[in-house]
Amino acid sequence: MAEEQEGSDAGSEEVLLTPAQLIRSLEQAWMNEKFAPELLESKSEVVECVVEQLEHMEENLKRAKGGDLKVSIHRMEVERIRYVLSSYLRCRLRKIEKFFPHVLEKEKTRAEGDPSILSPEEFAFAKEYMANTETHFRNVALKHMPPNLQKVDLLKAVTKPNLDSFVFLRVKERQENILVEPETDEQREYVIDLDEDSQHLIRYKTIAPLVASGAVQLI
Amino acid sequence: MFGEKAIELIRELHRASDGQLPAFNEDGIRQVLEEMKALYEQNQADVNEAKSGHSELISTIKFRHCSLLRNRRCIVAYLYDRLLRIRALRWEYGSVLPNAVRFHMSAEEMEWFNQYKKSLATYMRSIGGGEGLDLTQDIKPPKSLYIEVRCLKDYGEFEIDDGTIILLKKNSQHFLPRWKCEQLIRQGILEHVLS
Repeated sequence: MAEEQEGSDAGSEEVLLTPAQLIRSLEQAWMNEKFAPELLESKSEVVECVVEQLEHMEENLKRAKGGDLKVSIHRMEVERIRYVLSSYLRCRLRKIEKFFPHVLEKEKTRAEGDPSILSPEEFAFAKEYMANTETHFRNVALKHMPPNLQKVDLLKAVTKPNLDSFVFLRVKERQENILVEPETDEQREYVIDLDEDSQHLIRYKTIAPLVASGAVQLI
Repeated sequence: MFGEKAIELIRELHRASDGQLPAFNEDGIRQVLEEMKALYEQNQADVNEAKSGHSELISTIKFRHCSLLRNRRCIVAYLYDRLLRIRALRWEYGSVLPNAVRFHMSAEEMEWFNQYKKSLATYMRSIGGGEGLDLTQDIKPPKSLYIEVRCLKDYGEFEIDDGTIILLKKNSQHFLPRWKCEQLIRQGILEHVLS
């Protein structure tokens, strides 16, 4: 990882990122996550690298002499990065808690080899959250109910992410022939092109794959 | 009327403003469960009747069944909404809840809370390689490194990063690193003074 950030290890198979690029990709992931109605793919590598970078910076700061202006600027930088990182992970956790049955269902039905939307730690958390909540319902109420009513399908009971909600986006790579579904019965579906750097307000479902591939940025 | 008690539970939570946790209505839950039991028993009896030819009972059975489903839905919604409120409290107060709140929680809710606390702690520790990351910190974007705070309660001695120990006394004002005070501000010990 250290080599990766310094960009000196030519043999590494992973993409080489400068710290600035790393932070940019964190910010992009953060904004996408904030504005997307559903849980997006987890960016574990970015998170790991940023945590490492933060530790590295704090280490340096400890060694630096106090009272220097540069030190406080650096400290501010550390604070801001940590805020973005925490906010990003918090946002994901919120969505996991909000949509837990759906998130776990998606994880279960995921095809072998497809990237997981949850990091291993988030997956463990989601499973525990689900088990904990189910136990609670069962112990307090469900087990006292008539036998045919003791099961609640949480997939039906807990709200689903609203994929029809509208999002703002900026296009990073030009896209052609995006199929837009009709909103009302009178309309028919039509095709649009998205020019680079143009901004749009569009239904999330229509462009969800583009968010995942990084071709557009939610704003 | 069937379902009245159940809807009363929902209303109770609806009336309590966001972030408030009213006392756990054990009595209400019990009454709804009793109503469900009665409905179910009546239905069982009528199902047997219906099987032996009284088909006019079927609509009554269906109606009772709908009441049962509705009661269940209300109870689960009541419990779930309370869990969400308790969850929010964990983020607001940290892992130790104030007594006033704990007083309003049922034993099972306490258990859920402890388990949630544990899951969350495990998750936060696992972030990155080392000690993990406390996600309940850094809630607001940082504007400046140091902030002016006023002490609302006697807290005692408090150590800051460089090893200096300061005395947090009621009504004293301090200029402290923001990342050290965030928790204390949320606990109501310090107050952020905006000039």
